[in-house]
Amino acid sequence: MKILVAVKRVIDYNVQIRVKEDGSGVHTDNVKMSTNPPDDNAVEESVKLKESGKVKEVIAISIGEDKAQETIRKALAIGADKGIHVKADSYIEPLGIAKILKSIVEKEKPDMVFLGKQAIDDDCNQTGQMLAAMLNWPQATFTSKVNLKEKSVEIVREIDEGLETIEVNLPSVVSCDLRLNEPRFASLPNIMKAKKKPMEQINAKDLGLDLTNRIQQIKVDEPPKRKAGIKVANVAELVSKLKNEAKVL
Amino acid sequence: MSVLLIAEHDNSKLKPFTLNAITAASKINIDVHVLVAGSNCENVSKEIASVPLVKKVLWCDSPNYQNYLPENLAPLVTKAAEHYDHIVASANTFGKNFMPRVAAALDISQVSDIIKVSSPDTFIRPIYAGNAFATVKSNDKKKCVTIRPTSFEPAEKTGGSAKIEKIEAVDIPNISKFIKREETKSERPELGTARVVVSGGRGLESGENFKLITDIADKLNAAVGASRAAVDAGYISNDHQVGQTGKVVVPDLYIAVGISGAIQHLAGMKESKIIVAINKDGEAPIFSVADYGLEADLFKALPEFLAELNKLNTIQK
Repeated sequence: MKILVAVKRVIDYNVQIRVKEDGSGVHTDNVKMSTNPPDDNAVEESVKLKESGKVKEVIAISIGEDKAQETIRKALAIGADKGIHVKADSYIEPLGIAKILKSIVEKEKPDMVFLGKQAIDDDCNQTGQMLAAMLNWPQATFTSKVNLKEKSVEIVREIDEGLETIEVNLPSVVSCDLRLNEPRFASLPNIMKAKKKPMEQINAKDLGLDLTNRIQQIKVDEPPKRKAGIKVANVAELVSKLKNEAKVL
Repeated sequence: MSVLLIAEHDNSKLKPFTLNAITAASKINIDVHVLVAGSNCENVSKEIASVPLVKKVLWCDSPNYQNYLPENLAPLVTKAAEHYDHIVASANTFGKNFMPRVAAALDISQVSDIIKVSSPDTFIRPIYAGNAFATVKSNDKKKCVTIRPTSFEPAEKTGGSAKIEKIEAVDIPNISKFIKREETKSERPELGTARVVVSGGRGLESGENFKLITDIADKLNAAVGASRAAVDAGYISNDHQVGQTGKVVVPDLYIAVGISGAIQHLAGMKESKIIVAINKDGEAPIFSVADYGLEADLFKALPEFLAELNKLNTIQK
């Protein structure tokens, strides 16, 4: 069996982002970048399945500027076998990303595509579902447990009400939640080894797809700031403030 | 043309966030039609028909839609979408699951998780865990939009009498099956809609200690929330998680206990009306969004808080 795992390079989850004054977006110069957190879970799960012997090959793919290769190298250091970098210098919406992934799926013919449930930059939560629809494949979103069988995969998903168990046929798209596993750190020898693993490069423009963005970003603003609060000295003061000042008790 | 909203329900009754989504849909176009797809869900279609903002109900009853499997539901929505300019649903695990499939089938770039309708094609949506608000204009002819329910008031439930039109089920691909759903049953109000939320974090140190949180919640008739750290540590189940990838809550009163206030947690609660933080670390980022901060050991403060609340006679329950 073969897994394609998609990873995205995003502003690190610990960075407090700053909105540009001209409203054109957020500052990205000299900002720490890393793998989108749930994509780390997707890589970890793919590699675990390989280690269990159920999966033969794991291919990591990322779409974006040249630096996206760092994100692919990290997946290779964790245990992916091969990388594919689809070069794209400007922002592509999830719909376009799904089209690119679809064309790679048609070429590589994986049994499953793993990816994070959502990217923490645009917070869209669309790519996996769109890819599944385009391929006419089933999907498992918000996945927190994977039980791979011969022709299907049993999935536990995190939903608003609790947990849901489904079984989807292979091939399928699996979008991963943060509790699926504990992503490992790459060891130094594995980081070195990853440098020698093959990395294919494709230019998004050469895929012959309509990647025009349909959504125009008019402006990006800072959210309204909360006015500064106060510290209270003790519980009695807290309760009195909540009752008499905030009037919420 | 009109807007088509996909109702969320459990086949016997409507899920409350559908009412918030109806309000949002009515701001896009007043001609709101609602699709109720499910199994033996006639009561739901009647419930929806009585919502005054709803002009028409499309009711599709088939075992295919009993568990809202997106592989089955999306083709039905895609077909129904033919006659509409906007297809909308709540941006919760229900809407997030099937809507992108509909958008992809129609070659539409979806607008996710909007918090404001500026015009029928322009919306405001949070990005970067709510640390920035993007104003976006969709240039697609047809639009797929998901709505953050807590950013819109729920629509009035009764007084309307929309026409119910039965529609046919469509073929399903038979590539996925539902096995089971484990819902956490609770006597407490639902996290997403509660007026008061009391949340615990890693500072609680164990699942047993969450009793300190639930005691306060019971006193205040509040829902119980948690930080991702507390859920990851196994103190409480995932459906309690508040944050960027958990639930977004906007209660009148949010009490964060033993929660440091990571960006991802703040994303889920910082729009609350009044925020209280109780934490022993005076430098914790949670204090930067708190209206009232109490720097204290929660194991001392919570029992005292409960005792003080017991003294107040204004609290129900």
